[in-house]
Amino acid sequence: MTVVEDKPATEIGRDRRRKEDQRLITGRTRWTDNITLQGMLHMAMVRSPYAHAKITSIDTSAAKAALNVVDVLTGADLGESQGVLINAWAITPDQLTPTHLPMPIDRVAFAGEIVAVVIARSAAEARDAAELVDVDYEELPAALELKDAAADRVLAHPDLGSNKSALWVFDSAEAGSGGDVDEAIATARADGIVIEREYRQQRLIPAFMEPRSVVVDPTGEQNTMWSATQVPHIVRYALAATTGVPESKIRVIAPDVGGGFGGKLQVTPEEWLTWAIARRLGRPVKYTETRSESLICAHHGRDQWQKLTLAATKDGTVTGLKVDLLADLGAYVSLVGGGVPVLGAFMFNGIYKFGSYRFSCQTVLTNKAWTDAYRGAGRPEATFGIERMMDELAAELGVDPLEVREKNWITHEEFPFATVAGLEYDSGNYEAATAKAKKNFGYDDLRAEQRRRRESGDPVQLGIGVSTFTEMCGLAPSRVLGSLNYGAGGWEHASVRMLATGKVEIVTGATASGQGHETAFSQIVADRLGVPFEDVEVLHGDTQIAAKGMDTYGSRSLVVGGEALVKALDKVIEKARPVAAHLMEANVDDIEFSAGRFGVRGTDQGLAIQEIAGAVFAAHNLPDGMEPSLDSDATYDPIAFNFPHGTHLCAVEVDTETGQISMRKYTCVDDIGTVVNPMIVEGQVHGGLAQGIAQALFEEAVYDDAGTLVSASFVDYLVPTAADLISFDVDHTTTPSLTNTLGTKGVGEAGTIASTPAVVNAVVDALRPFGVHDVTMPCTPERVWRALQGGQGDDLTTGAAAAHFHPADTADRSEGAGR
Amino acid sequence: MMKISLTVDGDKVSDDVEPRMLLVHYLREKLGKTGTVVGCDTSNCGACTVHLNGQSVKSCNVLAVQADGGEVTTIEGLAQNGELHPVQAAFHECHALQCGYCTPGMIMQTVDLLNTNPNPTEQEIREGIEGNLCRCTGYHNIVRAVQTAAGQETNA
Ligand code: FES
Ligand code: FES
Repeated sequence: MTVVEDKPATEIGRDRRRKEDQRLITGRTRWTDNITLQGMLHMAMVRSPYAHAKITSIDTSAAKAALNVVDVLTGADLGESQGVLINAWAITPDQLTPTHLPMPIDRVAFAGEIVAVVIARSAAEARDAAELVDVDYEELPAALELKDAAADRVLAHPDLGSNKSALWVFDSAEAGSGGDVDEAIATARADGIVIEREYRQQRLIPAFMEPRSVVVDPTGEQNTMWSATQVPHIVRYALAATTGVPESKIRVIAPDVGGGFGGKLQVTPEEWLTWAIARRLGRPVKYTETRSESLICAHHGRDQWQKLTLAATKDGTVTGLKVDLLADLGAYVSLVGGGVPVLGAFMFNGIYKFGSYRFSCQTVLTNKAWTDAYRGAGRPEATFGIERMMDELAAELGVDPLEVREKNWITHEEFPFATVAGLEYDSGNYEAATAKAKKNFGYDDLRAEQRRRRESGDPVQLGIGVSTFTEMCGLAPSRVLGSLNYGAGGWEHASVRMLATGKVEIVTGATASGQGHETAFSQIVADRLGVPFEDVEVLHGDTQIAAKGMDTYGSRSLVVGGEALVKALDKVIEKARPVAAHLMEANVDDIEFSAGRFGVRGTDQGLAIQEIAGAVFAAHNLPDGMEPSLDSDATYDPIAFNFPHGTHLCAVEVDTETGQISMRKYTCVDDIGTVVNPMIVEGQVHGGLAQGIAQALFEEAVYDDAGTLVSASFVDYLVPTAADLISFDVDHTTTPSLTNTLGTKGVGEAGTIASTPAVVNAVVDALRPFGVHDVTMPCTPERVWRALQGGQGDDLTTGAAAAHFHPADTADRSEGAGR
Repeated sequence: MMKISLTVDGDKVSDDVEPRMLLVHYLREKLGKTGTVVGCDTSNCGACTVHLNGQSVKSCNVLAVQADGGEVTTIEGLAQNGELHPVQAAFHECHALQCGYCTPGMIMQTVDLLNTNPNPTEQEIREGIEGNLCRCTGYHNIVRAVQTAAGQETNA
């Protein structure tokens, strides 16, 4: 695939300032917590302090007697009427899936689980009264550390008999996409290179800035829920499917949503309880979580042990990769959490052409918060694994890390390329992105500086990290989801309404949480219909307005939702064409459409699409039998994934005396196909980089030995500040996707996926002369310092522990793993 | 209950409030000024930043009674006569927001920063907004917006 020059069309490719900004910069926002309704009550939750305990009794009398308290309800009070949380993804037919009541009746399975709800006239009064609820617990042993849990030493749910939820395996020899990995490893052991490593993907918290909030109004004709959610359509479906209230009587609105990153892709216990209690009381009820509740109870992400074995020839050609994962699901299998680690299965081969591959993933239940999608969902973990391994191979060979990548990557002439993981990559050009990134970064100069510092024994060493990544976007072709046992399709819906004045209203099923849909979708409409950008109104996030949709996650809005929109727009044009012919008394075959005008071939006659819209509205003079409407809609199911890629280069300075790391330079060149709005794309990359860098250096959800989340505030959970980061050097190349009309590939997750390994590779690169080949994430100064003292990294150093990890029989507990 | 009187975005207001009521809750719940938002319970995120007597404060860290007699400006009072404040305009121009949840606080903090240091270096900007968390932008474009509002040249 060759790189095409970016040629700005009228709107696509243009840095349009965002339509959504006006209300956000002036404080005229519609956050869920801003909503106040007549007679509205407020809820506060009583949450379990224990990771695993029997509820022996709950005394609510004092709370009920408190000022302005309307009611206090327990799991026993609500019983089955509270509904059951749904799991949409049993990755294997025999997946162990514990029943998940929003408020359990007799046993809690993680610290933070709701045991009682207080409903009062104000939020403050509800919170005060929650303190008065007296719960007696009988503590049970808790399954906390992942490897222990995988060995079934302590059961997270004693009634299930095991913590092993599902085992999912892909083998290239069986699938016919490659050879036998054990053979490749045996051959490499005899005459080649075998590298074995074990990496920890620490538990992270999405930490969107707007705490989750939900308001339910059951008093009107409909039951209306406002929720700070990424997935109003899925919430409506879940409520209808499990409570017996028909969809037509449920309206779910996601108004302005303050970030999601996957963390608001959930049907939450809090939503269920607010729904059930508002309906029970027949009054509007609001619940807004505190930041601590958000950190404790909104789903977490990552949390895996990865054991990797890479086989290569002596000259550095990779011949096989074996991946064994243990993935922590937490106490329950969340909406799509069971499938998240399995998404990584398709990405562990990255941009390389291995001959053989085997992936196995054991998902495990523990007594911690549930995990689910967090920015990248499975792909960051996979990219980390392979990109760290490529660096280890380069170190083993004593060559530059880019040289090893170049030797193994798919060259641009080889597309389309069928990968060992069974996917077909449609387009890409890794050489072009890498060449541009090297130049922008000043790669050779920084390597020269690195050599100088090493030779002079400078206490501050320079490390250079490389990450050449790809991911799959366009989630997902419905048949692929079906083959993975996912509970729904991957289509998206759009409708277009041409209004009487010639203005255009479009509706998309892709719900936004800060991505700029209103602007990017307007640009597409403006180009395709030839109407002014300002004349387009984009509606979304309300199931009454956008009746059909699959919402937003996995960078699917533009790739799938944008394509649905294009198809709907094309239908509008096709409906308008015979009207134009009729009005101009021409033959339909002679009507051409371009830049918003229908012209008659070979003449200067023409009508603007707005004029046609007006004529159709009046309907005075239409072709016989024509429906007086140009309105159209389309539901698009992606035919295939597409594969953004990029090269990320990072330089860090590491103080070898204190372990302090500072970012020196970060350069990336991403190829996401056609770019609709470069400004928005760059912004997405910046934010993604910050989150990926945060995994490498700052963030970790830490539990203590009793299973209490220690990092339960922004004092302890270190979301980076402006002072922790630097300005990024962001650029792109363009090889359009061949699987959709626009040629777009998706960008929301790219920065996060690529940056974590780039940063850790840079840290390790700085420390390699000291005998260090790994530092566990997040690479805190203490861990770096210990790695330097011990030569091998800190007590969690994963390379050294690799020998102790036997996925089939995870009886061994590697040192220090049970923090 | 205690009686307080203050000026908020140019309007004189007077109310009986509980002594424990925080300024942010007073603004949001009593006055309906929902432009100012809450992002944390530990005074770490800065989402609630407003100006009290001309200086930025985290309104989750100030009692409403402490504002008695004072003058408060929120994001909703920043634009004058329909004209955006230059800092608001710079945030829009530089795409310094995505979800926009941190934005009111970030803008209020920036206005205060530029009032005290009209020509900050990049490092001074980063340290000046360190108390305000943003999860979406990676701060890159926020730094550019601050530079733009300060009338400095920025390179992309
Ligand atoms: S809400 Fe005030 S600092 Fe977070
Ligand atoms: S723009 Fe979303 S938190 Fe800053």
